[in-house]
Amino acid sequence: MTAALRFDPIRLPEKCEQLRKEVRAFLAEEIAAGTFDPHKPNREDTDAPEFSRRVGAKGWLGMTWPKKYGGQERSFLERYVVTEEMRVANAPTRRFFVADRQSGPVLLKYAPEHIKMDILPRICRGEICFAIGMSEPNSGSDLFAAKTRATRTDGGYLINGTKIWTSSAHIADYMIAIFRTSPPTKENRRHGLTQFLVKMKQPGIKVNPIGQITGQYEFNEVVFTDHFIPDDHVLGEVDGAWKQATSELAYERSGPERFLETYYVLTELVRAVGPNPDTRSAEGIGRLVAQLHTMRRMSVSVAGMLEAGKEPVVEASIVKDIGTVWEQQLPHRVRDLAAFVEETASNRETLERQLDFAIKTAPKLTIQGGTTEVLRGIIARGLGLR
Amino acid sequence: MAESDNIVVETAEKIFADLADPQTINNDRKGSWQAPLWQALSEAGLPLSWVPDDLGGSGASLADGFALLNAAGRFAVAVPLAETMLAGWLLAQARIASPEGEMTVLPGSPKDRVALDADGALSGRARGVPFAKTAKHFAVLAHGKDGVSIALVDATKARIEAGLNVGYDHSDTVTLDKVQPVTLKPAPKGFDQTTLMLMGGVARSLQIAGALESMLDISVRYSNERVAFEKKISKFQAVQHNLARLAGESAAALAAATSAADAIANAKAFDDEVYLEAASAKIRCAEAAEKGGGIAHQVHGAIGFTMEHILHRYSLRALAWRDDFGSESHWAVELGKLVANRGADELWPLVASR
Repeated sequence: MTAALRFDPIRLPEKCEQLRKEVRAFLAEEIAAGTFDPHKPNREDTDAPEFSRRVGAKGWLGMTWPKKYGGQERSFLERYVVTEEMRVANAPTRRFFVADRQSGPVLLKYAPEHIKMDILPRICRGEICFAIGMSEPNSGSDLFAAKTRATRTDGGYLINGTKIWTSSAHIADYMIAIFRTSPPTKENRRHGLTQFLVKMKQPGIKVNPIGQITGQYEFNEVVFTDHFIPDDHVLGEVDGAWKQATSELAYERSGPERFLETYYVLTELVRAVGPNPDTRSAEGIGRLVAQLHTMRRMSVSVAGMLEAGKEPVVEASIVKDIGTVWEQQLPHRVRDLAAFVEETASNRETLERQLDFAIKTAPKLTIQGGTTEVLRGIIARGLGLR
Repeated sequence: MAESDNIVVETAEKIFADLADPQTINNDRKGSWQAPLWQALSEAGLPLSWVPDDLGGSGASLADGFALLNAAGRFAVAVPLAETMLAGWLLAQARIASPEGEMTVLPGSPKDRVALDADGALSGRARGVPFAKTAKHFAVLAHGKDGVSIALVDATKARIEAGLNVGYDHSDTVTLDKVQPVTLKPAPKGFDQTTLMLMGGVARSLQIAGALESMLDISVRYSNERVAFEKKISKFQAVQHNLARLAGESAAALAAATSAADAIANAKAFDDEVYLEAASAKIRCAEAAEKGGGIAHQVHGAIGFTMEHILHRYSLRALAWRDDFGSESHWAVELGKLVANRGADELWPLVASR
């Protein structure tokens, strides 16, 4: 076989199901207390600092990390359960999600000990928010075209340039960014970029919000003007960020957030059609549920491989490719079926409001965190075509 | 399941490689490969994998049998291996011993019914029964006034109108007119036609997933050989992205089918969770057969559209298998009804049940 793709049927262990019950009970309490409305994915208050601390207090942030850094040393499958339950409930995870999923793991791997001891426990307590500084005005998918400079100075670096599309930069305490420390070489155009830990809310950093087509302001332009970063905030090898960028991708690309972003419209459609659907609605719902179930089983399978210490980069890319295309199409398929929902359906207004938002959200899903085109390139390489 | 790690699959793959090589079979228009292949499979005990030793079978686990079907799909095996396995499994549910030789199951569609009358005779018409024409016996699920029964029927007692599915395999109409079965026993409690259709659907899903794995394999290979516009077509981004999508469809089919197989192999009953798994597998694998097979043909161009080329052995069979034991449309409607009936807030708990 050319392509040894594996998607073994992982069953979540019993302890995951116990944890799932705890997460559901916690979220039900939060909903009852008015922290968030699960029917309103388009809420304006995406920053929910108190909720973030309560999730941290439960031990659900950095839960796979070593205990000495505030983690719980629990399994990747348990983290998976927490993530999917939060996502399905439309819980306000923005403040902690990036730190928990990828910034923390990067620090664990590349930060000096005193920084790990300082920052990781605060992530685990839900106190701090991270942003990711990758894209620039002239470098998006082509990560290694980044131009923002880090120039050597006494005891550290001075940063000049602009990052863009930076989600949560306006509320973030830290950013993990790549900056240019050397020009690329003839042999390796990826050479010369270095990963840094940036402390936000400091002199020399200006965050300008950018309005999105959903009406929200989640991403930003971040302008650096002679911003100083001390030497101990270099993460990993100077000029060698390209060696570090790929191994985390499997974590970033295969999680439940890669197919559940618009899930709420499917639930609401099922509510609207009621217990005795006509054939058309039944068939439409049945197909969508089958596709969703398959996606999830693929995603859980990748989580199982990660737990087993493998690096299923191609499988993870497949999950994100299929998952994001699915969640992008979902609002439109639900809209097709919603056209026949009775005028008298009790949740008709909720469904329409949700569809309005989901349809506006859809275009970003196959762009953020690695475009479909980039993913298919990675899959093609895995197949031996490049 | 790129590499087998179980003895049943290893045995089968060796037989398939020796006696069911797709190119050899494709060149042989007379079907002279069929008898030696069936004999080798029978000698290895594979067609009766799911029949316990005391009922005449080889007593393999459900999991091993499912893996065997996936391997059979990778070779697009065109003998009634899956059908005989299913028939043996069905008979074993009622503790009926399996005879030697080719078998198939009926009904092969959720729409058809076989009735059991008070004299113990079977009547009914079943369409699209795979390999009925060549089977020596049928394993039949029948409905009587006391519930569901399972019967072993001598094939010569039935009227058979031969037909072919789109994959050129036998798919026949079987009519039973007051046929006295060889053996008849009540089905176990809770076992009904839906159970049989779900099991058959998972078998077909595994075969489709296997066929897609091979379609991906031969498409990637072909794209690395074929030159157009002075370079290998695998170097064109449009072709690469098509093949990446085919890999995605193949992966989705494999994940859905093996997940459903695992669910059945470890289930205590055919409950809602198993229903979700099995119905989803059939729906998603059928979709993958269409989308993935379409890409495999697109990559191959005209050569893949010829009888001489082996691609159609996989692509057409995968399409044909969609129809058996309930099409994806059937299962989508049934799954949609189940989901709607459970209610909106029970959807996620169902999906997240494993």
